Amino acid sequence: MRTIVKKNSRWVMIGFQIAALVLALLFTTLILVAAGAPPLEAYKNIITGSFGSFKKFSDVLVSWIPLLLVSAGLLVTFATGLWNIGVEGQITLGAIATTWALRELQDTSLPPALIILLAIVAGMAGGAFWALLAGALKTFGGVNEIFGGLGLNFVATALTIYLIFGPWKRPGVASMSGTVPFDETLHLSLFPGLRLSPWALVIAIIAIVIVYFLLQGTYFGLRLKAVGKNFRAAYRLGIPTWQHMLLSFAICGALAGVAGAVQVTAVYYRLIPSISSGYGYLGLMVAMLVNYQAIWAAPVALFFAALNIGSIQLPIVLKLDSSLSGVLQGMLVLFVLIMEGVRQRISRRS
Amino acid sequence: MNVELRGIHKYFGNTHANSDITLTIPAGTIQGILGENGAGKSTLMKILSGFIHADEGEIVLDDKPVLIQSPAHAIQWGVGMLHQDPLDFPPMRVIDNLLIGRAGGLFPNQAAVAREFKLLAEQFGFSIDPESYVDSLTVGERQQLEIIRLLWLGARVLILDEPTTGISAGQKEKLFATLRILAEQGKTIIFVSHKLEDVEVLCHRVAVLRQGSLVGEAKKPFDTKKLVEMMFGKEISLGARQVVEQHGCVLALNDISIEDVRLKIRNVTLEVNGGEVIGLAGMEGSGQGAFLRACAGMVHPVGGNVKVRGRDLTGKSYHVYKRNGVEFLPAARLEEGLIPGLSLTEHYVLAEKSKGLFINREYGIRQAQERIASFNIKGTPVHTVESLSGGNQQRALLSLLRDPLSLILIEHPTRGLDIESVIYIWGKLKERCRKNTAIIFMSSDLEEILQYSDRVLVFFSGKVSQPLDASTISVEQLGQLIGGKGWAS
Amino acid sequence: MDSTTIIIGLASVLAAAAPVIFAVMGETLSERAGVINLSMNGTILLSAMGGFAISVRTESLLLGFLTGMLIGAVVALIVAFSSITLKQSQVAVGFVLALVCRDLAYFLGNPFMGLAGPRLPAWSIAGLSEIPVIGTLFFKHDLMTYLSFIVIFLSWLWIFRTRPGLMLQGIGERPAAAFVRGANVNLMRYVYTVLGGAIIGLAGPAYSLSVKAGWKGTISGLDGIGWIALAITIFGGWNPLRAAFGAYLFALLQWLGLVLQPSLPSIPSQVLQVAPFPLMILTLLLVNIGDAEWVERTLAALPEPTRRFFARAFRALRVSPPAALGVPFERD
Repeated sequence: MRTIVKKNSRWVMIGFQIAALVLALLFTTLILVAAGAPPLEAYKNIITGSFGSFKKFSDVLVSWIPLLLVSAGLLVTFATGLWNIGVEGQITLGAIATTWALRELQDTSLPPALIILLAIVAGMAGGAFWALLAGALKTFGGVNEIFGGLGLNFVATALTIYLIFGPWKRPGVASMSGTVPFDETLHLSLFPGLRLSPWALVIAIIAIVIVYFLLQGTYFGLRLKAVGKNFRAAYRLGIPTWQHMLLSFAICGALAGVAGAVQVTAVYYRLIPSISSGYGYLGLMVAMLVNYQAIWAAPVALFFAALNIGSIQLPIVLKLDSSLSGVLQGMLVLFVLIMEGVRQRISRRS
Repeated sequence: MNVELRGIHKYFGNTHANSDITLTIPAGTIQGILGENGAGKSTLMKILSGFIHADEGEIVLDDKPVLIQSPAHAIQWGVGMLHQDPLDFPPMRVIDNLLIGRAGGLFPNQAAVAREFKLLAEQFGFSIDPESYVDSLTVGERQQLEIIRLLWLGARVLILDEPTTGISAGQKEKLFATLRILAEQGKTIIFVSHKLEDVEVLCHRVAVLRQGSLVGEAKKPFDTKKLVEMMFGKEISLGARQVVEQHGCVLALNDISIEDVRLKIRNVTLEVNGGEVIGLAGMEGSGQGAFLRACAGMVHPVGGNVKVRGRDLTGKSYHVYKRNGVEFLPAARLEEGLIPGLSLTEHYVLAEKSKGLFINREYGIRQAQERIASFNIKGTPVHTVESLSGGNQQRALLSLLRDPLSLILIEHPTRGLDIESVIYIWGKLKERCRKNTAIIFMSSDLEEILQYSDRVLVFFSGKVSQPLDASTISVEQLGQLIGGKGWAS
Repeated sequence: MDSTTIIIGLASVLAAAAPVIFAVMGETLSERAGVINLSMNGTILLSAMGGFAISVRTESLLLGFLTGMLIGAVVALIVAFSSITLKQSQVAVGFVLALVCRDLAYFLGNPFMGLAGPRLPAWSIAGLSEIPVIGTLFFKHDLMTYLSFIVIFLSWLWIFRTRPGLMLQGIGERPAAAFVRGANVNLMRYVYTVLGGAIIGLAGPAYSLSVKAGWKGTISGLDGIGWIALAITIFGGWNPLRAAFGAYLFALLQWLGLVLQPSLPSIPSQVLQVAPFPLMILTLLLVNIGDAEWVERTLAALPEPTRRFFARAFRALRVSPPAALGVPFERD
């Protein structure tokens, strides 16, 4: 028996969300006090660390790009009612596929631009493949995508390490610093003096725009939402539910794969053990926080990226661990969830 | 134990599910409770067994008024209920099922319990291995286990809800023998059923509920006609029948057999013409639901074949049936029919074939406005479906049907709707009939069945009657068939 | 490698597995009641840090362990409250808590990095530890390892041999039936989730005060243990004995990885770390595989002896999750 969730007026909903934000800030401030750190100083440092200079802001954008790509993809799977926890592994497989493509093509006579393009496409395919694995486990094996995805995440990490220490190891001693870095010609070009790649930025923005229109304005998007909200009724209305679910996985995997490809071609220039850098899990939190609405994904992802980059200088300046950003991000999502639960409970009572 | 119900009232919103029910059941009686679906039987039993609380009235056990807070509380008072699907733990063993809920020390003495169980079981001729797992038992054996458990916990009143569904004839005999022994021991048995034959054979007295009230009581020996009359009413005044011309065979069922969880439907052959309306009568769970879904391809028959307009679609999926002009309207509107969270417009967009990549919103809204007007739905195109009333949800479901269709299968087209909506919806359905669409529907409302069907099939325990002419069959005949009497085999 | 070294190695496997044992036992209890506590990874890290920090400050090992239990209980309480009372998704809350608690652990644990703290001393049991082989294997450990053995036994005993344990099984399998028999389903869910959380909370300090004493932040090698424990819980089929087997198997694979490292230099031990996950996926596949339509069709097409073999194999390997896992309970 599905319980229908009551919605309150716009202002009430916003009110609860603001309450969540306030509570999250309060909690984080308390934690800072407990750690013996000056809260205002810490917040100020985060702000200057992310927006203090043009260079720093460009670093925020570098972090924003994979997060935005992943969040965009997750919006699709969440619309379909899926908990694609396996997205972290999908980023990794995208990175692996990209690395493979670059390795295969780097000595050929193809123009570097084409090689990079093909490598990114390979990344899409790799991520999509890994996502479809989780989807197949769900469709044909009845394995919940949460556990299937989780398992595949770890398998992906193991695969990465195997490749880095095995077939793709550096000559001499294999090390955790990854595979042999790719030649400069195979790097995605950057803005002069910055770590930011215009190509990657464009790709990410195009991705979120596509996803927005996909979910908002296409028949396919509406069908995905129907499947996500009521699988049985969607089937009865004639929608091929399982196919749509698998397609949803594939799309998210492809976007996650692009994120992995960007990490390889524009950030690290090689395959490293933790290439996915937690963007998958962070993207899940972004999607949860924006309540699966595409229009807010970009700004919230930017906010999260800013928190991450801004906290980098905390260890240096205030001797605090940079995981403070994770605390604030997580508590935001947690309080949003709790406040939503409180709101529903109150409206159920009345 | 003497059981008395005094002035029981229960409301669910505006529905008066139980209205001033007063009933006295002396100890040692096997009391039958008869009534069609929605008469209030299960509500009354839920109150007596502690699942829900009455809004007014009291329960008196052995001349002492009691307040039963919960089912666990009820068994402390000696009232135990055997549900149609026994509330046991299938993946666990019989002995575990017995132990759970029984007060005692930290470490249960399994051997002692097993011995007590065996003794009790032997009294009634049951043979169940305490070490066996409950999901390996038959329904009848699970019932036996539950009866023993309730007796072991000290039940002096046993309520049985539709116990003879899905058990073998042999098990039924054993059950009846057991109940008679218990009655002789002074226990009170309340036997809720729709099966007239079982009630007439077993019960000492019968109380009949209809539309929430107690309409009559009877003692053994029973007059079937009177019982049917009390259950279904004497006569039903029907409006003028609309006759529609029928052309061509839309659906041909050839010797199909369907297996559902608790029953088997065997060897049904039926031909349905375009423009015809077939009503499926019978108590819930007699097989009509599975039958309807088999005609839609949602359930696959284990034998025979299904042809839609001449094409053999046996074993194919519902989407194939849909492509061949068959649609299914479920009774669970928000669980299976509509998508809560989406607006009316979005539903219409989904139901139609998609034109291109992007949704044409204006077209969608116009279409929605047309349908809303055409079906008189009290809602706007942007309303989400869960905000509509039940009647409007049903109209919305109807309005989603494509045009033209060969066959529409409906579970409970007008359940819970006011009379105005009923007439309106059937008006729309008859319009479809005039376009040569066949309709098969199931309903618990005899008036609806008789008024709108051309032919009627009655379902009882998986048995399907021959098609009956709705214009000539009487309420009494229908009632008897629904209650299980008057069947050939 | 001679036999003494092997036996000592196996004993170290038993000790190294203790944290995972606590985590798995706690989660099994919680899931038996029907609540998934997905926060395990975070809880373990936070309780490891917290336990270590408190025991450094107070120089009391006992307080350290108690702190760990308290942290585990509080986090579990948040999961229980959000899912039982507020009816939000267990997955969402648990998942977020996993990330938040981890970051909290790193943040608050920063000042304690690399500090030397009290370490649980070894405690050979007089007399028993002299027995050849068995003595070294089982009776030359520290308190936490002994406790882990006891927790396995108690969990099994409780669930399968006591009256309240049977009710616990009932609540997880069919809350409606348990309710009819007098169980306060939601209260029991709270109790078992929090209790399970407290036991999970022992895993952290068992690591930071015993197995690998100290807090080393991100390099502590503890990150990921919670997910592995989750996988082992599922592989364990919600049965403490089978779950313990899974935990020891995992620890054994870890140890083998280290031992065989010289002979297989190209494959780092991390690859073996992954083993629980394919096993978990396999277990989950087997839960439903018998029911899937395409499997039934394929099986029906096989010749009779082969079909019977597969059918029996499926039934033997099958585990059945508590049917009401993750489903909120509403009184009718």
